[in-house]
Amino acid sequence: MDGLTLIASGAEADLYRGRFLGYDVVIKYRVPKGYRDPNFDRAVRMERTLTEAKTMLIAMECGVPVPTILYVDVENALIVMEYVDGALLRDVIPSVDGSLRRRYLELLGGYVGKLHVSNVAHGDLTTSNVMVTSEGMMYLIDFGLSRVSYDVEDKAVDIHLLIRSFESTHYNLTKELVRYFLRGYTSAVGVEGVNIVVDKVREIRLRGRYVEERRVRGGGEGPIRSYV
Amino acid sequence: MIVLGIESTAHTFGVGIVEDRPPHIIVDRRVNYTPSKGGIHPREASLFFMSNASRVLKDALIEAGLTINDVDGIAVALGPGLGPCLRVGATVARVLASYLKKPLIPVNHAVAHIEVGRLLTGFKDPLVVYLSGGNTMILAFSDGRYRIFGETLDIALGNFIDTLVREVGLAPPYVVGGTHKLDLCAEVGGSFINLPYVVKGLDVSFSGILTAALRAFREGKYDLKDICYSVREVAYSAIAEVVERGLMHTKKGELLVVGGVAASKALRSKFEVVSRLRGVKLGVVDPQYAVDNGVMIAWTGLLMLRHGITVEPEKAYIRQRWRPDGVDVPWMG
Repeated sequence: MDGLTLIASGAEADLYRGRFLGYDVVIKYRVPKGYRDPNFDRAVRMERTLTEAKTMLIAMECGVPVPTILYVDVENALIVMEYVDGALLRDVIPSVDGSLRRRYLELLGGYVGKLHVSNVAHGDLTTSNVMVTSEGMMYLIDFGLSRVSYDVEDKAVDIHLLIRSFESTHYNLTKELVRYFLRGYTSAVGVEGVNIVVDKVREIRLRGRYVEERRVRGGGEGPIRSYV
Repeated sequence: MIVLGIESTAHTFGVGIVEDRPPHIIVDRRVNYTPSKGGIHPREASLFFMSNASRVLKDALIEAGLTINDVDGIAVALGPGLGPCLRVGATVARVLASYLKKPLIPVNHAVAHIEVGRLLTGFKDPLVVYLSGGNTMILAFSDGRYRIFGETLDIALGNFIDTLVREVGLAPPYVVGGTHKLDLCAEVGGSFINLPYVVKGLDVSFSGILTAALRAFREGKYDLKDICYSVREVAYSAIAEVVERGLMHTKKGELLVVGGVAASKALRSKFEVVSRLRGVKLGVVDPQYAVDNGVMIAWTGLLMLRHGITVEPEKAYIRQRWRPDGVDVPWMG
């Protein structure tokens, strides 16, 4: 491995670009955090590294594009993966026209649906964790908080987090983004599947502290229904 | 311009008076309802407020050397909070405003915590972490409002640590000499017990930690001090992590900690590490104004009144679940 350059410093990991076995790669290294108890910190970093590698492999198996994993070192909390050259969906959304936005969101919905069918929850699904290449390929990245889960709750949290990233970053587009996303998602999980997850999303959003919509008891227009 | 503000969202009935000239804060009077057992009983708290409201109001005006006619506007926290408690403040404010024909200003309690924090720290555009008995939120200003970037998926941090110390028999009282019972208990512990660490995006969740910690306590295999230490470590680390993620996400250069739980030294030291790591300025609101008070309501009311935001007394409904991202903040940006 040679010519390492720091390309990004995320909240929990540093990303280095370099060459590994002749491939253009990214090395993701989880940095120790001084605000955590040292034993606890080590356990958190090792566990997340291992889970990330496992869930990315499952994603590849079920046809969701993710950077290919080349090497994992759990003890040192690092993963070596394929370098993907693209832009973040967060930055792409405001700059493209409606039809392309629709294509991207339906594509994303389909990928997230496939992940959920394979019982993987991404755990940090936002428009900042989706990459789009200049050829229009979409990659899901940063599986650091992902988990294998058979619980509808974890899948619903993915969608809840995504909707909140729309609300906080693309607030004027939220309604159409949710609609296109759910269209793609439905194509992967089916109508019955989408209803179960959407009901759960609604429940999660109503559970939050001081959600005004909770005053409507026993049905009515909940916060996600108002988008779909 | 002089504004009188009334706070009565939970356990504090407060009256604050502020003016637009520095040092801004003229008077801060308040009374606190303290339960003899259990947590806040909304009806009892509201009865306590009712029997104290007029005295607190009178004392505030006397201390300020003002009469109620000198005041240019009446601000009141209409939410979020406990219904019976909110109604006391709202009633007092509506009466004052309609009888004296003064503008009535509807203040959001969460926005008020942020604004008094900005006033005291001089911060312009911070990432805000709002931690109290009933709230756990990560907020930042964007396009006209304080947007919510992360929050708890179940119970608030303050509610969580209060419930824990109550269930294991350490409280009430919850706070002794300005330090929470959880912190006092954790100081003597140090051996780490594995508890669920939940960070989902910029959201946190505490109900799983509470269940696991209480189970560990009831099994009797662990020392209570180690349970306290581990709970604090896991819960505060989760907050520190989402704050760090929020700073990366929003790219804000200031970190402002507001709300009653901001007083914890252990939590503060974690925020110090995060802010050093990310090269941002840290501002922790002084405990006197980090907890609920009337000054923050008055100050936010003054900012709103300058922008002509008022409400007719007959339309000044309380809003128990009023979210801060439902409020325009035209004085920002």
